Amino acid sequence: MDFSSLIGCVSSASCMVTQSLSGLTIGMLLFLVASGLSLIFGVLKITNFAHGSFYMLGAYFALTVYQVTNNYFLAVCGAALGVGLFGVLFERFLIRRIYGSNVLMQLLLSYAVILILDDIVMLVWGSEFQSMGMPDLFRVPPIRFAGAYIPVFYLFLIVAAFAIAGGLWFLIEKTRFGKVVRAAAHNGEMAAALGINTSLLYSFTLGLGGVLAGLAGGLAAPVRSLVPGMGMSILIESFIVTVIGGMGSIVGAFVSAIVIGLTRSFGGIVMPEFTDGLMFLVMVIVLIVKPTGLFSKGRD
Amino acid sequence: MQINTFTRYSVVALLVFVVLAAIPRITDDISILDTGIMICANGLFALSLNLLVGRTGLLSFGHGGFYAAGAYSFGLLMQTGMFSIPAAFALTIVFVAALSALVALVCVRLNETYFTFITLAFQMLFYNIILSWTSLTGGDQGLLGGIPKPVFLGIDLVNPVHLYLFCCGIFLVCVVLLYQITQSPFGYTLRMIRDNTERARFLGVAVNRYKVASFTLAGAFAGIGGMFMALFVSGAYPSFGYWTMSGDGIFMIMLGGMNTFLGPLVGAIILIVLNDLTTIYTDHYGLVLGCVILVFVLGLRRGLLDFIVEGIRDRRASKMDQTIQPTVPKEEIPR
Repeated sequence: MDFSSLIGCVSSASCMVTQSLSGLTIGMLLFLVASGLSLIFGVLKITNFAHGSFYMLGAYFALTVYQVTNNYFLAVCGAALGVGLFGVLFERFLIRRIYGSNVLMQLLLSYAVILILDDIVMLVWGSEFQSMGMPDLFRVPPIRFAGAYIPVFYLFLIVAAFAIAGGLWFLIEKTRFGKVVRAAAHNGEMAAALGINTSLLYSFTLGLGGVLAGLAGGLAAPVRSLVPGMGMSILIESFIVTVIGGMGSIVGAFVSAIVIGLTRSFGGIVMPEFTDGLMFLVMVIVLIVKPTGLFSKGRD
Repeated sequence: MQINTFTRYSVVALLVFVVLAAIPRITDDISILDTGIMICANGLFALSLNLLVGRTGLLSFGHGGFYAAGAYSFGLLMQTGMFSIPAAFALTIVFVAALSALVALVCVRLNETYFTFITLAFQMLFYNIILSWTSLTGGDQGLLGGIPKPVFLGIDLVNPVHLYLFCCGIFLVCVVLLYQITQSPFGYTLRMIRDNTERARFLGVAVNRYKVASFTLAGAFAGIGGMFMALFVSGAYPSFGYWTMSGDGIFMIMLGGMNTFLGPLVGAIILIVLNDLTTIYTDHYGLVLGCVILVFVLGLRRGLLDFIVEGIRDRRASKMDQTIQPTVPKEEIPR
């Protein structure tokens, strides 16, 4: 434990800026993955344990598109569309067959998909670490702010993620489609009885979750190294985020993703070897105090 | 003459032990004994987890934490050099049981999905403590320096055959105990809680107390599995406490079947044998295991032993139907 360096950091503006930004970056990537997870749980009542692998696929898709076209925006779009399509196929051919069966079956099915995807990625892209490198567009000198150097890409990542979060909020809260999603989340059978094509909606929800995970993968590709199995750690962290925020709550996922991101970046100063433990500690405390998460509407 | 069921299970277990004990006399192949010890450790882990998952309806994703706790505390106790193996064994069981009781007291208040996540969180908390408390646990290197195995009662656990027999013996004792627990009134109460918690509560069952008891027992047995593993590898590694260990336990249960008592053991055998075979013939263990799991999930839709047992039961039931049907007057069949 090293509290003196935390105090040292909090009292220095440049360190505060650097740590807050890195916390926000981690948090926003987590939010993109966790919001998809939360959305799928809300509508389908299924915990998609393969969601981390969606993120991994997104990063690899982005890598390949970038290598072919050398255009980063195309790469991110390609990742989002590719993983979105994969999400739809995943729902149509696999998840669809186990609706209404045991939670254990969902777990097992997702685990099979995780294992298979990890191995396929290893076959296609190789098992060694890969990196996309910083796209040309962002190879500019960092911005100097309050004595700290801020890489431009980090700013772009945070702004993009905020924009996506805003778009998602608008989609769910303000459009007709969002109303349908909320109705199906509240009572799927009733929504179906009222003429909503829930079967199509389920595919679409997994597609949307896939798009979000693909975006996260594409945005993370320049700053993270790519390796088969990279989806696992982000999956566990997104679970922490969704559970703390309340399963099915997008706003909750947003707030708790930022909390977890900041916990990681500032906790790393105090006890670097126990940062993961710290996140689980936060989760245990939240669950003990409010067993359904901070932002749940108490439907469970 | 009525024979006590416990005596009957014990006799069956004794016969199984005689058969297992004959294996080292038939073959000199040490790797078969190694697989046997692995099956004992993982089988006990899966069977104990099924006391929660299959019997009590508690989907715990943190069972690996107690497996690791067993392995680490046994290893640490032996390394002090102050305890004989049976003493360290007993102390570890007490410690792991106390630990799981403590975790259970917090966790059982939560429902379904949240129960699963909080058990996972506790396990990862233990895992991170193991990783960061380097001075005690050796961090990510694992508990190094070997575990001393002093001879007791003429049993020398350095000898692989002795170790194999020791593990098989204790394993069978544990299996008989676990079976006795599931068949006891206590076990039936757990089943009632699984099937209808509300009704159990109406009938005056202190549901949470039963859940804590079930969790504690399961944790203690998992700790024994961890001790087998610690003896086998003569150390302990953080991976015992990683969440994939709990995941493996759940897959063993699902592969073998959760409704049949020995299902998880069958699952453990399937997983270990599959692991051994695939790593010999291919580098793509994940691809093979993933496809096998898909076959189970989409094809059988249940574990292997459940599939067989329920298949036989269905066939019997349909035969019974055929013999009964003609006696039912046609008019009385409700439409």
